[in-house]
Amino acid sequence: MPTPILMPKLSDDMREGKILAWKKREGDAVESGEAIAEVETDKANLEVEAYSAGKLSKIIAPVGATVECGQPIAILLEEGEAEGEAAEAPAPAPAKKVAAPAQHAVPKEAAAPPDSQPAAAAVAPESAGAARQPGAKGVGAALAPAAEPAGGESVERVRASPLAKRMARVAELDLRSLEGSGPRGRVVKADVERAMASGEPRPAAAVASEKSPRVKSASQGLRDQLVPMSGMRRTIARRMAEAKPGAPHFYLTIDVEMTTALELRAQLNEQVAEEWGGKVSVNDLVLRAAALSLPRRPEVNASLAGESVQRHGAVHLGFAVSVEDGLLTPVIRDADRIPFSQLVKKARELAERARARKLKPDEYQGGTFTVSNLGMYGVTSFSAIINPGEAAILAVGAVGKRAVVSGDELRVGSVMTATLSGDHRIIDGALGAQLLQAFKALLEQPLRLLS
Amino acid sequence: MPYSKEVLLDLLERMLLIRRFEERAGQQYGLGKIGGFCHLYIGQEAVCVGALSALRPDDYALSGYREHGHALARGTEPGRVMAELFGKATGTTKGKGGSMHIFDAERRFMGGYGIVGGQIPLGAGFALATKYQGGDQVTLCFFGDAAVNQGVFHEVLNMAQLWKLPVIFICENNKYGMGTDVARAAAVPEVYKRSSSYNMHGERVDGMDVLAVRAACDRLVHRARTEMQPALLEAATYRFRGHSMADPATYRTKEELAEFRGKDPIAQLKAQLVADDSITEEDYKKLEQKIKKIVDEAVKFADESPAADLAERFTDVYFGEPPLAPPELDPALLEEAH
Amino acid sequence: MPVMTYREALNAALHEEFAHDERVLILGEEVALYQGAFKVTQGLLQKFGDRRVIDTPISEAGFVGMAIGAAMLGLRPIAEVMTFNFSILALDQMVNNAAKMYSMSGGQLHVPMVLRGPGGAAHQLASQHSQALEQQYAHIPGLKVVMPATPADAKGLLKSAIRDESPVVFIEGEALYPTKGEVPEGEYLIEIGKADLKRQGKDVTLICWSRMALVTLEAAALLEQEGIDAEVVDLRTVRPVDQEAILQSVRKTNRAVVVEEAWPWASVGGSIVDLIQREAFDDLDAPVLRINGIDAPMPYAKNLEHAMLPTPRSIAAAAKKVLYR
Repeated sequence: MPTPILMPKLSDDMREGKILAWKKREGDAVESGEAIAEVETDKANLEVEAYSAGKLSKIIAPVGATVECGQPIAILLEEGEAEGEAAEAPAPAPAKKVAAPAQHAVPKEAAAPPDSQPAAAAVAPESAGAARQPGAKGVGAALAPAAEPAGGESVERVRASPLAKRMARVAELDLRSLEGSGPRGRVVKADVERAMASGEPRPAAAVASEKSPRVKSASQGLRDQLVPMSGMRRTIARRMAEAKPGAPHFYLTIDVEMTTALELRAQLNEQVAEEWGGKVSVNDLVLRAAALSLPRRPEVNASLAGESVQRHGAVHLGFAVSVEDGLLTPVIRDADRIPFSQLVKKARELAERARARKLKPDEYQGGTFTVSNLGMYGVTSFSAIINPGEAAILAVGAVGKRAVVSGDELRVGSVMTATLSGDHRIIDGALGAQLLQAFKALLEQPLRLLS
Repeated sequence: MPYSKEVLLDLLERMLLIRRFEERAGQQYGLGKIGGFCHLYIGQEAVCVGALSALRPDDYALSGYREHGHALARGTEPGRVMAELFGKATGTTKGKGGSMHIFDAERRFMGGYGIVGGQIPLGAGFALATKYQGGDQVTLCFFGDAAVNQGVFHEVLNMAQLWKLPVIFICENNKYGMGTDVARAAAVPEVYKRSSSYNMHGERVDGMDVLAVRAACDRLVHRARTEMQPALLEAATYRFRGHSMADPATYRTKEELAEFRGKDPIAQLKAQLVADDSITEEDYKKLEQKIKKIVDEAVKFADESPAADLAERFTDVYFGEPPLAPPELDPALLEEAH
Repeated sequence: MPVMTYREALNAALHEEFAHDERVLILGEEVALYQGAFKVTQGLLQKFGDRRVIDTPISEAGFVGMAIGAAMLGLRPIAEVMTFNFSILALDQMVNNAAKMYSMSGGQLHVPMVLRGPGGAAHQLASQHSQALEQQYAHIPGLKVVMPATPADAKGLLKSAIRDESPVVFIEGEALYPTKGEVPEGEYLIEIGKADLKRQGKDVTLICWSRMALVTLEAAALLEQEGIDAEVVDLRTVRPVDQEAILQSVRKTNRAVVVEEAWPWASVGGSIVDLIQREAFDDLDAPVLRINGIDAPMPYAKNLEHAMLPTPRSIAAAAKKVLYR
């Protein structure tokens, strides 16, 4: 059988070769291993050798032809084989130029545009947990939070450890209802365990206060309550949010007669100021009244958690302190449960530290309700913007002598006007009004403030 | 002539087998059936055939990566060597070693090694072990002329002489370390002289003359076996082809190539045998036909053998331990599923 | 149980294995007449003679390669490097020959040898003599890498390494040689690839090996004073690693710190963290932290050297961090 001599593949990446010269002519005898042609590859010029002895019967690829590897370039007749058989050798493919080999084309994957679909989680806004920490950026009651996600609960990303996620999944707990005590608000095992132990999730603030040995909390063991929104409540929340981006505010105003409270204050300052290390301010009475009124209307001591409302078990009362270039909102933990004397002391300390810009994070984070008082500036009444993550804020004006009608008599009394701003997604007007009633009653019969 | 006709014919046949096998390997490389690096032994046949014929079956040998010839000379079936080059399951190492790593432990061919000089300490280690075990086996450790510039060559020659190990270091000096002339790489280009640094016997032999190589090895092997004396043997040889398939060997002249082709070891021995009337031209033709058939069958065997088994990826990593567990995203399984 | 030093435990293992198996021999610098640069081979020459206890020239690639060759023919050689810093000279032999032989020969030949010697920082030996290089070997399939921390582990593991059919890189702690502990007498073998719980705990998993196991135990004691119950997993072998032991502990504590003397980048510790994130993702309550040697060459001065390596305090601080405390 005539043997075709093929264009050899002389390196692993060689695809074709060009005939530079024939060293043998048709009819020449050829020894095994003898060079018969010279071939140019993309790297070098190489000799093609015969692999068996015989006669070069036919040259298929002339000098200058470029031939794919594995295609015949000549026909060799071994000894004893007839010329005629060469003609019957399989018709070789014509020498041809070869297009760039497909194997070397750029892989499809590489040519495709980079994956432009970002992972949802990667671009999700800051977690609710992180954004909800009031005052985290020095934002107080009067400043609207720029970073508040605009009602986008559905894409809210919750930072949680893998373990916490798994535990919450198993316990059928909504991670979004938990506040994380880990770095950057990460929900961790301890948070889920607490929620599971209590049956309901608890706010991060309570956890934070327990965690820190510096803050002795009186509220250990108190439970937060996760109350699913009713259908109506959800509709209200949605519609209110549509009507006004962020927290849809409503405002309620009430007058409080402070005459008795001022008398009490005078007595206290006379008798115990020294013991308490300083005088009691009107604001201290206001703070105490607000703190004690909240447990009577716990619905107001709450925050929004996705499609649930989280009612906080503990009252952590924030109060706005004006500082240079803005204001801070230090938080008095368990303001309803600590003795009044301690509240007075705490409020003074925190205000001083706020003005000195020396508050620690757990001294301004985790508030559940805020009081803002501009009475010292002579403002009689104003409306405040709710601290994000809370349901309401109380704006308190100056105490002033005003005409008071009691019964059918007109007399002069000391009066203060308070305005409650409520988040209509969470509470309604009547609830806010009931809170204000309690607040007013406490200040008008102030001995209860001292409990 | 000290060697019998049978011995001479055996040498001729082995050299011719290697020549034709390597030519065919080159051809099959050209057809894309062999991948990677492929270093052909064409021209150097006298060295491994002459040297290895001086050994007993229980002696040891190992080489670098131009070692197809050594395995064939040691008796490894050509079909299994070709199948290894093809990457087939029936190859000498089941497709794991390829051209540079032919092993046949049964015939005590202890491998081809791909790092220049890296096999030299192993050869001395074999000699250490045989001596330790009280055996009288000798090890032939082959390497190229470039290996003698590696530090480990000197470390091992020193220890082999110090400890009197039965190992012959055979430097196949084919004049070029890849494309670099020995004279451009070695301050002392006479490789055999390097043994003098270690008080070791060194000599040079004509590596194109199979009988000269055989005679030198007979002597040195006997000395190693009986006197526990190592030696360095430099075989002056030449490869007719480039360093590897992709090498056009433009660094040497056509005149030089022609000169060495004129010393073709096979042609030399054949001429001698014909002149002695040991064989006729007709006998030689018959031998050629016999060899051609062997090589044809080797290629056929390799062609028809199954591809390397994918499961072999996970075997032979830790001796005596079960195969590794395939990874979760095993590319082979993914391809299959696709 | 007798108390002995780490050095004595290794020496006992060598004496026992030399007596147990005629195929065992040792090659290395100063192993015979000098009795070992660190006295680990003390007494071997007198007892077993210079056929089996062989002083070599300073030729690491050469004698390590010869040990590999001898192992291929059925001996069980031990190549001692004076320290692992010098083993780099023989890295080609270990990586290209020892590790690949069994696979490259298609299962025809294998290499039952041990490469052993001290590694890690000791005392003011400066940059070229104070390196933890286990990752160079742990990266290579075909090798096993053993790094005992205690005298008992040193003995049990060295005996197993000598009997193992694969090439074993046995890295002793240079600073551990004088440390003491109880060591079982006679045939005491520890399976290669098995970790040891050096301390049980429930709050956090501390993963370590070699000398860092001792430092980590000190850290666990510090943590105990703060009411933190740490579990200390001493890997003992860094290839193959006891994955089950690591995962079991992490699944219990949900937190892990990997303590490593070596530099942080591309190290064994990084691979352990990879294992944990893949296999215990849903069990983690905090990111896994790593405590490593400072990512720079080791300086000489005593105060600098001390401050380069993990300490009980730095490990305890990491443990507290993953506990969110």
